[in-house]
Amino acid sequence: MLDKIKDFASWFFVTGDPLIYGADIAIALTTLAIVFVLTYFKKWNWLWREWLTTVDHKRVGIMYIIASLLMLFRGGVDALLMRTQLAFPDMKFLSPEHYNEVFTTHGVIMILFMAMPLMFGLFNIAVPLQLGARDVAFPFLNALSFWLFFMGAMLFNMSFVIGGSADSGWLAYPPLSELTGSPGVGQDFYIWGIQISGIGSLMTGINFIVTIVKMRAPGMTWSKVPMFTWSVLSSCITIIIAFPVLTVTLALLFLDRYLGAHFFTMDGGGNAMMYINLIWMWGHPEVYIVVLPAFGIYSEIVSTFSKKRLFGYGSMVFAMMSISVMSYFTWLHHFFTMGSGASVNTFFAITTMVIAIPTGVKIFNWLFTMYRGRITFSTPMLWTLAFIPCFVVGGMTGVMLSVAPADFQFHNSYFLIAHFHQVLIGGVAFGYFAGLYYWWPKMFGFKLNEKLGKWAFWIWNIGFYVCFMPQYFVGLDGMTRRVSTYGWDTGWWAMNFTSTIGGFLMGLGFLFQVWQIAHSIKFMEKDTTGDPWNGRTLEWSIPSPAPLYNFATTPMVTDRDDWWEEKERIAAGHKPKAKPELEPIHMPKNSAIPFLQSVCWFAVGFGLVFHWLWIAIPGFIGVFATMLAHSFNYNSDYYIPVDEIKRTEAAARRSV
Amino acid sequence: MAHSHPHAQHPAHGEGHYGHHDLEELRKFGFWIFLITDCILFSALFAVYIVLHGSTAGGPGPKEIFEMPGVIVETFILLTSSFTSGLAVLAMNAGSRKGLIGWLIVTILLGACFIGLEVTEFVKLAEEGHTISSSAFLSGFFTLVGTHGLHVSLGIFWISAVIIQLVRHGITPVTKRKVQITSLYWHFLDAVWIFVFTIVYLMGVM
Repeated sequence: MLDKIKDFASWFFVTGDPLIYGADIAIALTTLAIVFVLTYFKKWNWLWREWLTTVDHKRVGIMYIIASLLMLFRGGVDALLMRTQLAFPDMKFLSPEHYNEVFTTHGVIMILFMAMPLMFGLFNIAVPLQLGARDVAFPFLNALSFWLFFMGAMLFNMSFVIGGSADSGWLAYPPLSELTGSPGVGQDFYIWGIQISGIGSLMTGINFIVTIVKMRAPGMTWSKVPMFTWSVLSSCITIIIAFPVLTVTLALLFLDRYLGAHFFTMDGGGNAMMYINLIWMWGHPEVYIVVLPAFGIYSEIVSTFSKKRLFGYGSMVFAMMSISVMSYFTWLHHFFTMGSGASVNTFFAITTMVIAIPTGVKIFNWLFTMYRGRITFSTPMLWTLAFIPCFVVGGMTGVMLSVAPADFQFHNSYFLIAHFHQVLIGGVAFGYFAGLYYWWPKMFGFKLNEKLGKWAFWIWNIGFYVCFMPQYFVGLDGMTRRVSTYGWDTGWWAMNFTSTIGGFLMGLGFLFQVWQIAHSIKFMEKDTTGDPWNGRTLEWSIPSPAPLYNFATTPMVTDRDDWWEEKERIAAGHKPKAKPELEPIHMPKNSAIPFLQSVCWFAVGFGLVFHWLWIAIPGFIGVFATMLAHSFNYNSDYYIPVDEIKRTEAAARRSV
Repeated sequence: MAHSHPHAQHPAHGEGHYGHHDLEELRKFGFWIFLITDCILFSALFAVYIVLHGSTAGGPGPKEIFEMPGVIVETFILLTSSFTSGLAVLAMNAGSRKGLIGWLIVTILLGACFIGLEVTEFVKLAEEGHTISSSAFLSGFFTLVGTHGLHVSLGIFWISAVIIQLVRHGITPVTKRKVQITSLYWHFLDAVWIFVFTIVYLMGVM
């Protein structure tokens, strides 16, 4: 009996690596600490009532952001482990198998469990407020999306200590990811972690499209919609078209592994190339999904901190929309070398070059917005300014990669690695950091410390160039991606070592950001204006943090940058816009179902990973039961009475 | 259900009065967008099937294993159910709860017959040794047709839940929207089946 348990444990838990044991202890201690703190301060009830069951978009947004920053930490640790392994030739820090797991989880976590949720967090924080709306269109679904992402992320992260991680690269190309190449459970954790959170992403896409199309404040015609909201719309349209393909692709891979189907296998007539096409039909739009909202954030920030209306509003909208359409026609440039033939390669090379044009248009829009503006160099603006040259270089190397014949040289080299990190860090991460700094006071009612923020900014940026510029050259020297080590005779040492220094500098920059947040929580003064940056759009017209119902009365929009125009009118001595009488506000009730249903999905995923139907089937039943419970509940909303609104507003204004 | 009905207390709610949105309209619009995503899901599965339909790995192809009479019966049953689901909506618009519930029951019974025939077909194929793991063609076939079947099965459960709610609450803005959405879903599945019938079965045996 004891032997049986021992056997099971040594198969179930990942063993043998001191790093993993360290992590096991850290996870156990952290869990204990959280349980202790919650119990000691009697916060379990608070946690359940205020957070786990909330359907308020602002709280959902905050939970997304916390989770994504934790994932950024984990993905970042993965990155530093790799950089340490590559710092010197013939390093024995990570075994090749462990290295494979680390680069796989680094990629998956950074894109799917860091960038996506951070993006959704910012959607949630800003979009309803920019629209003058009380919440998103489907608050219940919104909470469900978050919890599905969270459970998916937990499932994926669990593989680290239970069962073993996926190790076939972030997109899991077959036949390596088939049972023949990856017999362990890691690949199944990958499939179900991404599948469950992917369903959440799809629903968020639907939710925000409906919110933006149907819930704009009266008077907010399409030409008055704030640019961030436009970018969210373009990103969500891309989500709803791209994510179903991911769902199908992962489901087919699962059928191959679980039921022995032959979609992508080497035998039985399977076609592995089809997987690569399918996954990139999602994967390429995916990078535009994450970068488009960053473009929106830069647009808001450039215009706010230059105190000028955005230059070329119409061309910006047109550029975003054309990017979201064109992003479906470039996927093949990820595998020019895989034998599609000259004419197919030419088509995709041209579409890839064409998509650079609208991106270029935007760069000029931002530059012209700054031209003759009164620029303030606050941290959101600094990240925006750093983004422009970084993204131009990253974009240009992308155009180099799009030249199909030349790509035969660049393909799978560190040149490519440097390129996509430059657009994803310089474009996406910088943008989300900028957005986080920009909307932080709206979320929590205080700004983040600027001095520490500037330290973090400079360390990050210097670290970035030190890390990735050498990678272009080491790539041109012939170093390919995903190699766990190299010899002294290659001549790659100096550049790799420099790159490692840069990687650790970025890590230091991240620590500065953590310090900045901790320091600001303790010492920063409350922002009493609700409008700390002298903003232009509606979210700055209400107190910070926004009250539960956001707007006491629905704003009437008359201009683009409506709040800025209103301030100008008041400054010129005109009366503020008349506000209608207060009315009871219709709000959705909290619900435990999103959380419970996601726990059931987790059980489904976990059961199917281990082929344990005794967990998966109850999980499925739970999913259906919670769906029915929601459908049969006709008591899901309530009204906030006028008295309560008056009290809340008075309290908020008193602190103003 | 003991809960009082919020819409009865606040008649203004459904009309989208100042600052409040007509939630039922939002939900219908959201469902249309969901249908777009489902459409793409099926297109991906169709694409996969079309790519793989010749890869029989030495096993039988479409011509050898499809039995058209059963499939044609299935098709007629599903098309009829789409028609009865339309009749249900007409009865609802005429304000007849009885008619509505009656036609919905006919619809799900037809749906159940369709699923019954499909399961019989799958079991028969499996007994002859043609399973999802036999060849890439059969993997594509079972997945595409099975996904459609799962959608129909889900629809049956969903419409049943709506029928219970109709019995409890009558025709209200909420139940009305639910009927409209399920009916939309049902017609959508019918349209997908027409493609399944044409691309998988007709073009398979021709």
